Amino acid sequence: MILTLNVNGRKREISISPDEYLLDVLRKLGYLSVKRGCDTGSCGLCTVLVEEKPVLSCSTLAVRAQGKKITTIEGCQEEAKRFAEFMAAEGAEQCGYCAPGFTLTVLALMKENENPTDEEILHYLNGNLCRCSGYISQLRAIKNFMEAEKR
Amino acid sequence: MFSFKNYIAVTSLEEAYDELLKNKKNIILGGTSYLRMGNVAYNTAIDLSNLELDYIKEGETCIHIGAMASFRDLEINEITQQLFDGVLDRCVRGILGVQFRSNVRVGATVFSKYGFSDLIPTLLAMDSTVVLYKGGEISLEEYLKEESLRRDILVEIKIKKEGRGSFQSIRKSKTDYAITNTCVTKIDDKIRVAIGVRPGKAVLSYRAMEILNNNERTEEIIDRACEAMSEEISFGSNMRGTAEYRRAVSKNLVKRAIQEVL
Repeated sequence: MILTLNVNGRKREISISPDEYLLDVLRKLGYLSVKRGCDTGSCGLCTVLVEEKPVLSCSTLAVRAQGKKITTIEGCQEEAKRFAEFMAAEGAEQCGYCAPGFTLTVLALMKENENPTDEEILHYLNGNLCRCSGYISQLRAIKNFMEAEKR
Repeated sequence: MFSFKNYIAVTSLEEAYDELLKNKKNIILGGTSYLRMGNVAYNTAIDLSNLELDYIKEGETCIHIGAMASFRDLEINEITQQLFDGVLDRCVRGILGVQFRSNVRVGATVFSKYGFSDLIPTLLAMDSTVVLYKGGEISLEEYLKEESLRRDILVEIKIKKEGRGSFQSIRKSKTDYAITNTCVTKIDDKIRVAIGVRPGKAVLSYRAMEILNNNERTEEIIDRACEAMSEEISFGSNMRGTAEYRRAVSKNLVKRAIQEVL
């Protein structure tokens, strides 16, 4: 079947099998920031935004994303770059493999909740695993970034 | 991973039901989070996404939760946050992350009677009913007792509006599956005790309920009810815990939950 997706504001057409997942289709289209991790919905590496909400592309059938606004990290490079500076300042990441999914989840949180508490941030980020760094340095980076973005 | 040959986004329940009956290998799609873990090749996948079944709404006597409402909806919806002391929110908020809960559908979980579910014992304790497209409305209690899965479509869950509730569980890590869980509710002064992740599908503890509903609820009676529950309910072992462990922990979880709703 021919699938039409709206990725980062660009219309993309691709021929797929109906049981393909969004992760595979996005990677076939060249959006290589979308990473395969656990492939069971547990790690959050494959997170993309669909209609500005974070979803697991490894568990979302591509056909269900037809006609919806999909955002990968390639579509929000400016925000990602600004956020990365705060992460680096706190030593909050090492290998960077989780960064695209993590960053998109943070951007979604900011849209849903302008003034989250520490507990709300940690709860929202529960589904994004990072095996390199401690989550506390990430929490500091997120808070500093959100504060800076308000100015 | 599961696979299918054809995909149909239906425009009515009637169309979905007709498609379902056409082939034994046709299946209704929920969020596909659990389905994808299996290795079954299906014929046609039937998608209900266009039927606007993702509602949570308040009726005169009940709260109606559409089959395509997500766990994340249960967590953030104002109606469910208030219902039974927010027990629906509390039972789903520990399940992996926001993304996962946004994907998992209430209808698929309940229809499939998953034994590892945190939601099903909660709904069972809340005395919920399920509305099936052909089968009509039946209590979740009766539905869970049926051995096999019906060839039908779960349309919505109905929950009584008034009551108190407490959900308790134990996990190896915060977002892991529960080792065992329980939900206790009080509706019109009647206590209901449901046990999940035995690890089999959720059941009510009739003996505990009988003790609690026919006696003054003193500390001693509560302990007697918990003891009766542990003798009545069949627990099993798996990689997350032994039957003995589940039985011992359940007694404490149930006691905590009873104390919370009284």
